Amino acid sequence: MVNPVAGLGGRVGLGGTDGRERRHRALALGARALAGERAAAALRELRELRAGSGVGAGAGAGAGAGAGAGALGGAVAEPEVVTAAGAMGADSVAAAGLTARVVYVPGAGDETSAEDTLAAVRAVVAEGVDLLLLAGGDGTARDVLTALDGVHCPVLGVPTGVKMHSAVFGVSPRAAGQVAAAWLARSGSVRLRDAEVMDRDEDELRAGRVASRLYGWLPVPDVPVRVQQRKTGSTAGAPEAVGGIAAEVAERVGDGLLALGPGSTTRAVAAALGADVSLTGVDVLALRPGHPTEVVLRDGGEDALLAAGPCWIGLSPIGGQGFLLGRGNQQISPRVLRAAGGRERLLVLCTEQKLASLGGRPLLLDTGDEALDAELAGHLPVITGRRRTSLYRLTT
Amino acid sequence: MTAHHAPAPVSPEDARIAPKPRLRRFQQASWDEKLIFELGSPGERGVLVPAPDPAIAPVEIPPALRRAEPPALPEMSQQQVLRHYLRLSQENLGADLNIDVGQGTCTMKYSPKVNDQFVRDPRIAALHPLQDEDTVQGVLGIIHSLELLLKEISGMDRVSLQPAAGSAAIYTNVAMIRAYFAARGELEQRDEVITTIFSHPSNAACAKTAGFKVITLHPDADGYPDIEALKAAVGPRTAALLITNPEDTGIYNPRIEEFVRIVHEAGGLCSYDQANANGILGITRAREAGFDLCHFNLHKTFSTPHACGGPAAGASAVTEELAPYLPRPTVEFDGERYRLDDDRPESIGKMRPFYGVVPNLVRAYAWIMSLGAEGLRSAAETAVLNNNYLLHKVRRIPGVSVPYAQGRPRVEQVRYSWQKLHEDTGLHSEDIGLRAADFGTHYWTSHHPYLVPEPMTLEPTESYTRADLDEYVAILTEIAREAYESPETVRTAPHRSTIHRIRPETLEDPATWAVSWRAYRRKILGEATR
Repeated sequence: MVNPVAGLGGRVGLGGTDGRERRHRALALGARALAGERAAAALRELRELRAGSGVGAGAGAGAGAGAGAGALGGAVAEPEVVTAAGAMGADSVAAAGLTARVVYVPGAGDETSAEDTLAAVRAVVAEGVDLLLLAGGDGTARDVLTALDGVHCPVLGVPTGVKMHSAVFGVSPRAAGQVAAAWLARSGSVRLRDAEVMDRDEDELRAGRVASRLYGWLPVPDVPVRVQQRKTGSTAGAPEAVGGIAAEVAERVGDGLLALGPGSTTRAVAAALGADVSLTGVDVLALRPGHPTEVVLRDGGEDALLAAGPCWIGLSPIGGQGFLLGRGNQQISPRVLRAAGGRERLLVLCTEQKLASLGGRPLLLDTGDEALDAELAGHLPVITGRRRTSLYRLTT
Repeated sequence: MTAHHAPAPVSPEDARIAPKPRLRRFQQASWDEKLIFELGSPGERGVLVPAPDPAIAPVEIPPALRRAEPPALPEMSQQQVLRHYLRLSQENLGADLNIDVGQGTCTMKYSPKVNDQFVRDPRIAALHPLQDEDTVQGVLGIIHSLELLLKEISGMDRVSLQPAAGSAAIYTNVAMIRAYFAARGELEQRDEVITTIFSHPSNAACAKTAGFKVITLHPDADGYPDIEALKAAVGPRTAALLITNPEDTGIYNPRIEEFVRIVHEAGGLCSYDQANANGILGITRAREAGFDLCHFNLHKTFSTPHACGGPAAGASAVTEELAPYLPRPTVEFDGERYRLDDDRPESIGKMRPFYGVVPNLVRAYAWIMSLGAEGLRSAAETAVLNNNYLLHKVRRIPGVSVPYAQGRPRVEQVRYSWQKLHEDTGLHSEDIGLRAADFGTHYWTSHHPYLVPEPMTLEPTESYTRADLDEYVAILTEIAREAYESPETVRTAPHRSTIHRIRPETLEDPATWAVSWRAYRRKILGEATR
């Protein structure tokens, strides 16, 4: 599913092209649509890897023995592709040298709309696909989230947009093609992870504030670039690590309130604490040793959080850029942070593996209050397990 | 005048005879050898054990301890046993067969065979740990002398050789740190241990096992331990800093003295992980950097065999201030006689029955004595030279990069990255390492988490020749070429090993494990067992 207009505004400095008027301005400024080309690059990589694995299996007879996973040999040739007509997919598929079955044709007119995206996604998913490749940006990812509306379908983003705060995208079109190939080959080491769909809040932006919201999660094949595929020992050990983090949080909070921001780690920690929390909001949990965890505030805004009383604040980095504060969790405002007691009451929750995946880049914050940012910045203890922390840099 | 001409070389097309290929085509044996329990037949014997001398009174085993029936042990002849284990050994890639420079942080140096002969000598092999002190003066002398040698090498005041491995030595040190603060009444307050993410993970693990909270420092942008992070981490709760130097990246921390000073000023102790001291023997010592404790791993630095997980041997070394907490017994010498001192009320107790893994202590002692002080320093210098030679060559292989400390030499090892090759080809570092098996070698990636993406950690030590290193580089170069030109060859490797690929999910699923004969019968053969 290609959003032909995604990324139009990038090179002409207009930012995202949500809305017809901005697209027209972008085109008037000489913008060129790149989404189709980038989608084709991803598909080309996918096609070559598929063809390659077929050849490899033949040449290295017996090489894949005992390795059941298709990526290691014995894979099939061309993937079966279903898509929408023209610039919404079929053109890119053809450019990549693949053939596709067209299951949706956008309405007449010279450009497609979000409605076309929704309809195309529904038509494609109705075919029972193994993977939905989307070429676009944050806006397109949001449209896919809306279109799926809870229907389970693995998704992978080919990055073509201007804004890519969401964590559903491959790092490049080729990388997306590689991940897609590994997923389709059902290599034993590829699993799904919940990736955040985020988008900037354009109203806030127009008011001069950079803000983004978390809209939900899409299941994305997890081919971790920095994680060993064939383990030789315990690695990310996500469930164990999260259990350890939850136990540490429970010990620190003791008998008290814990506001948990959105994020895949915070959600998992909430689950380990026995709380059923909202999907994208900030919830307040009442912890009491020996008692079940209670959710005392669900999806609270700034005022509700202030009214809830002094809380510990549990955060995890969200999105693809390592933001800790100021993206997707603006409810945890400077007022809320100060009322909580600032730095001393922040519990940053992250597995050691996820920290490593930042590649040494610092965690980011942008609360909108420079004085507070300066106060919070520096080396912050990140809870990585039971009785374990890593000191990690937090900067603006 | 007639000239003597060399015979014309055989044509390359002549299939009857050919030179050796540039890169060896290793082919591992595959015997499909049965388990030893499936071999042999009832009544078959390897040796006939003579009956006890009538002069020796038979030992009466209390009836309650006697088995109802004899154990179901394999019954087979000597030849069958020999053949069985030789076959299995051919399905391994042993340290004595391959250019084993790919086990960075684990140091696979050559273990001289003469040292094994010493260990097999009946004067060592026939000793029993329950013998009277007076009858084991020789081996106590070796242990005591080895302690003195390691004392000199580290600069510390006392050494214990009880720990059975490097990690056991780290645990010994952490236990002494705990005892030290307990004696001062500060243990409640000082419950935090600081380490770095590029220090060996056993440091964090031992600290946690001993009940401390662990704070891990990440590197700064240049790959050095972040001194600002250390300043943020220390405080009244700091018990100790456990740090490796050079770290697993092969980068030497130039501010190590400052690290020690900062922790000392906060009232904490400093323990130096010198498991791998291969690049600094005779060049720098824990004492001069201000440390209170350190440890060595005798297989990493002092050539004893790796032993596939043990028993190995470790050495804990401490300053006079921490000496009362050393494991007991200690070996003492009054100028005439060696004795075991068990009367040490402040000791952390025993780390191991008796006094350590004696065969490995003998090997390490022999290795040090055969080299002498100059030889130790020369070993370190050669290891560093070999490593930087390898670095110079490997960094030119397409797809390889060398993260951190750009342009600076490394000490004894380097953690390289295949990230560029991964981005270009989709292959992982593990794929490259597995393909190396087709050329008769291998490498190890890195501890987790992978801070260096697509890692490869090489440590050539002083044992390998320039020709060995050139061959290793040629193998990596060839695999990188294949990765770009025919990635499937690499993706599906190894092609010439006994086992090609292990399904990763089985490593995590206990249902697929059979760690005993009984489990094998139940899970794999489907038999009903008790």
